[in-house]
Amino acid sequence: MFKKFSKDDVHTRTNVKSSVAKTLKSKLVSQYPKLEDVIDEIIPKKVPISLYKCEDKIQLYVVNNEILFYQQFDDLIPELRLVHKYPDAFPSVQVDRGAIKFVLSGANIMCPGLTSPGAKLPEEDWPVNKIVVVYAEGKENAMAVGKLAMSINDIKTINKDTGIELYEYLNDGMWNFRD
Amino acid sequence: MVLYCEICSLPVEFCEFGKSFKKCKLWLQSNNNEIYNKLYNSDIKSSLSKEEEEKISNSLAKMQLKEERKLERDLINLQNSKILIKRIPRTKHKYIVAIANLDLLDPNLFDMKKTCKKFASKFATGCSISKNSEKKDEIVIQGDVADEVESYLREFIDSNGINIKIEHVTERFTNKKK
Repeated sequence: MFKKFSKDDVHTRTNVKSSVAKTLKSKLVSQYPKLEDVIDEIIPKKVPISLYKCEDKIQLYVVNNEILFYQQFDDLIPELRLVHKYPDAFPSVQVDRGAIKFVLSGANIMCPGLTSPGAKLPEEDWPVNKIVVVYAEGKENAMAVGKLAMSINDIKTINKDTGIELYEYLNDGMWNFRD
Repeated sequence: MVLYCEICSLPVEFCEFGKSFKKCKLWLQSNNNEIYNKLYNSDIKSSLSKEEEEKISNSLAKMQLKEERKLERDLINLQNSKILIKRIPRTKHKYIVAIANLDLLDPNLFDMKKTCKKFASKFATGCSISKNSEKKDEIVIQGDVADEVESYLREFIDSNGINIKIEHVTERFTNKKK
């Protein structure tokens, strides 16, 4: 989604009203329950939230000049630097070492990369379209954020085609975005 | 806290997949030896076989080599390129000045829009940013101020220690109506 993304893609910048900020916060907590304790740390009460509207109906939520979340449709997606700060708050999967190269050039993640010995999938079943953070074998930090293109059970059983649709990855346009 | 590499901006453990691995390695060694040793002087466990591992490192090395060559080429290009100050006749006795190739300057140091405003108030003329025939941005000043612009740019370049040549071009007046 952000392979090519720069400040030219930003159309308007506005500060959101406090009421909108409140609903944003509650939506965040309902989507990522583990954020509840730190939500005021991420979005301080007195600091205004800016909303950047961009190409392709992408919206960025910016606090203190740092992108925190973005959304294209309904789901709020955390920015990678935020994921690095609160690694436990988001659902995660792990790919094997062979896949890192392709993920870092922006490819969608194929199922075999998620089911091989170096990879990790959660025990329980997650539905399609869930936002997940992608980790890599042998690395501590997250390297990408994506959306499940199949449910976890399907990935395990079918084991073919795209398993995760990639949104953001290290060193893409969003990572290098500067105002 | 996650330690980010100052060279390639990635978390340090991902430097090996970046485009400037050698530089990143040097940087990390001089800045944070402890993590350097942890990352590069210990056996990395991997589920992949040796051949596959080799394949990855080979393709990475190839990419990094390509990137290095590209950087070299860019550097040479930069040294050969120069800022063009064009003096273009509008009527017989009136000139406009167009400054091209300003994108060679670091956009963090040199803001085209601000400079444009500055020129407008400095020379008391109209000044705008427009696209030229090659679809690149250039600053167009209404008025014959080429020499002043040149001295301003010289000063700016010298004070920032950038090595870029400035070239002066005057276009001849051609009567288009004939």
